[in-house]
Amino acid sequence: MADKIIKPEEMAGVDYHTPHRDWTNPSVEFIKGSYCYAAPLKNQEILQLPNPRQWNPQDLDWKLPPDYKRIILNGMKDRLEKYRSLKLFLDICVRCGACADKCHYYIGSGDPKNMPVMRAELLRSVYRRYFTIGGRLWGKLAGARELDEQIIKEWYYYFYQCSECRRCSVFCPYGIDTCEITMLGRELLNLVGCSTEWVVSPASNCFRTGNHLGIPPHAMKQSLESAQDDIKTITGIEVEVPLNKKGAEILFVAPSGDLFASPAWFTLMGYLMLFHEIGLDYTFSTYASEGGNFGLFHSAEVAKSLNAKIYAEAERLKVKWILGGECGHMWRVVHQYMDTFNGPPSFLEEPASPITGTKFDNARSTKMVHICEFTADLIYNGKLKLDPGRNDKWKVTYHDSCNPARAMGLLEEPRYIINHICNHFYEMPENTIRERTFCCGSGAGLGSDENMEMRLRGGYPRANAVQYVKEKHGVNVLACICAIDKATFPPLLEYWAPGVETAGVHELLGNALIMQGEKPRETDLRGEPLITNTPSESGG
Amino acid sequence: MRIIWPLIAVIAVILLALISVVVPSSQLIFGVIVPYLAISIFIAGFIYRVIRWASSPVPFNIPTTCGQEASFDWIKSDKIESPRSNWGIACRMALEIFFFRSLFRNNNMGQADQQRLIYGGSRWLWLGGLAFHWSLLIILIRHLRYFTEPVFPPSLWISSIDGMLQLALPALFISDFIILAAVSYLLIRRLVSSRIRYISLASDYLALFLILAVGISGILMRSLFKVDLIAVKELGISVITFRPAVPAGIGLPFYIHLLLVCTLIAYFPFSKMMHAGGIFLSPTRNSKNDSRRVRHINPWNRPVRVHTYAEYEDEFRQPMIKAGIPVDLNNSAGSNDGR
Repeated sequence: MADKIIKPEEMAGVDYHTPHRDWTNPSVEFIKGSYCYAAPLKNQEILQLPNPRQWNPQDLDWKLPPDYKRIILNGMKDRLEKYRSLKLFLDICVRCGACADKCHYYIGSGDPKNMPVMRAELLRSVYRRYFTIGGRLWGKLAGARELDEQIIKEWYYYFYQCSECRRCSVFCPYGIDTCEITMLGRELLNLVGCSTEWVVSPASNCFRTGNHLGIPPHAMKQSLESAQDDIKTITGIEVEVPLNKKGAEILFVAPSGDLFASPAWFTLMGYLMLFHEIGLDYTFSTYASEGGNFGLFHSAEVAKSLNAKIYAEAERLKVKWILGGECGHMWRVVHQYMDTFNGPPSFLEEPASPITGTKFDNARSTKMVHICEFTADLIYNGKLKLDPGRNDKWKVTYHDSCNPARAMGLLEEPRYIINHICNHFYEMPENTIRERTFCCGSGAGLGSDENMEMRLRGGYPRANAVQYVKEKHGVNVLACICAIDKATFPPLLEYWAPGVETAGVHELLGNALIMQGEKPRETDLRGEPLITNTPSESGG
Repeated sequence: MRIIWPLIAVIAVILLALISVVVPSSQLIFGVIVPYLAISIFIAGFIYRVIRWASSPVPFNIPTTCGQEASFDWIKSDKIESPRSNWGIACRMALEIFFFRSLFRNNNMGQADQQRLIYGGSRWLWLGGLAFHWSLLIILIRHLRYFTEPVFPPSLWISSIDGMLQLALPALFISDFIILAAVSYLLIRRLVSSRIRYISLASDYLALFLILAVGISGILMRSLFKVDLIAVKELGISVITFRPAVPAGIGLPFYIHLLLVCTLIAYFPFSKMMHAGGIFLSPTRNSKNDSRRVRHINPWNRPVRVHTYAEYEDEFRQPMIKAGIPVDLNNSAGSNDGR
């Protein structure tokens, strides 16, 4: 394949005809732009992964261990005993097809193996062959397939074309969650040393340096200092940024993308301004400098290992509770896994806002609160002075990030905040928001550059809904609460909905926040001139 | 192949029932032994499958939240789609089991033109599925009249309502038509939609063919062949009271129907039809969305290799001190470098 760039009109003309070739044929072509590179040897070694070697998915020989079949089947048996979800979901699918057109990768690519039912069937067929009577007796007629190297390759291709967004599980009459299938399918691949670069490298960076970009502590400090400088330029106010401060009341953990990449960077500025304004006694940590957990895209073990740092650091710094930044899968881990993995955090206190006194009862065991919950409570209690007019240049739509929506139910808090900090807010069509939200197409470790075509395809349904509100209401910014969104929406929207920018909710909050003693704002947090269309009003 | 083999299998079952006519003494086998066997397989198999699922733990709390979490008093939470209480779970499961809540959400993605994706409500699958399952339930309850004397009252009530629209004698039941229409729809959908045909397995067709054959044979034996229902009930009561005796002259149509039913229920525990038991155990539906509030326990949770703060500081102590970041072991390594 040449590096030619496909035009959006061309890419949108997806062909949904199913091929005549039976799906049981596992052969796949690793098309440039649609698969992820293999994990580099160095990072495989840092995480002590099995079968470490330098390899490439386009190689004919994947250098699998000689007994790879036994390893995979034992791994499958082990996981069937450990996860009811796996056993159940492999057994009870009736292939009704309700999930088929719910997957953004299917919608964007038309590849029938990207239908969630098929993705599961890739694993299910091997399960049938080795773990069910029908499959053993009837073989292919029962939809069973003999495990071979081709199937490993097929799994690698399709389990890394699933962003674990769980949209299909909303529509499944039995709640079959393809995310579970993909997570455990990837674990099986890991057992024979087949994992991707953009999962293993960030995970090994997190392991060693605390954040996925591998930023050492002193560089993190510099980064925070430049945010301080930017805030001073814009507001005239010097905010303090405590780092590794023992005895602070709250440990703040953000996705590290907020510290090092634009536009997530502006979200960081928003946090810092908010914390300064309310006089929050908090600290960042360099050791637990990553809320995002690339381990989740690898295996439960690596996810747990990376997540352990947050509680460990909270204990070392003797904080009372933990506040978490805007991030998608980080909140999947915090909300549904963290306490189970590494709790109970008996050294912490039940979280309560020091400003409003509100007890965050819904987080009383895990003791970690989402920044949107925290901020919504501040606004509700009238603790913030806000001028939504400062966001008047933006016509805002809100993208529900997959995990906060479908693995947490955080739907209203961000909307509540947006409605108090912006004058122009427009929802996308109802089949594309809230629990039915579409993924950005780059989640679960698929956001690598080499995978760009598949990212654009997977992001097409989301971007198409953005384009709709852009045309209808003149929307020019997509607000979101996920660091992967902030990293991957800019190229996606440039391709499908040019002219729509991406912003964190707390960036918009930072614009609207009236700080005590600030100088008249001339620019927004991006350094762009402030345009006020409507008379400014103070919220509160 | 995926369609032909299941069809052959169902035809083979029907032909097998012919033996009951050719060899009259085999009626004990078809009327008593096979049903006992089939029911035993069904019960044992069903229980075994459910126990097998239940024996694997749910290590993580993974509800799929389809509504607002419970956070603040002033934000309305969705108590059913994002349940935090047992009551919420009960409602969510009941909606799912009795009304196919998730399937009700179904929509079809379509291309309005080259540039626009649209999502239209598509309730046909929901309607077809619901119609099929509810009429199946009604038919099952109606059939209790063949196993109870005096007849189990709900069975009578349902029969009389179901038979309201008597088009001909003997009474034809509404549920018979609905189930045939619904199953035909589900089958045609599988055959006609290339997407569904692509994902369909032989076992998907087998279940549909069997159910269709059971339904058709049941209707025919009542309305066309006028099977002696009193004799059938005699057999039913004798079997259910474990005093099996086969009355003479029940006739082939009944044995065809019975053998098809026995095949269906014996096959049930090995098939996807086990979703009937599985739905109750589905962790994305039956778990509470409260995992930050109440700790969920993973029975196989075990320690993993972690990179401790001490190891981390060992690697970065000098630059940390230089940058003025507090460290734990300042004096041992870097006091000279400290400020």
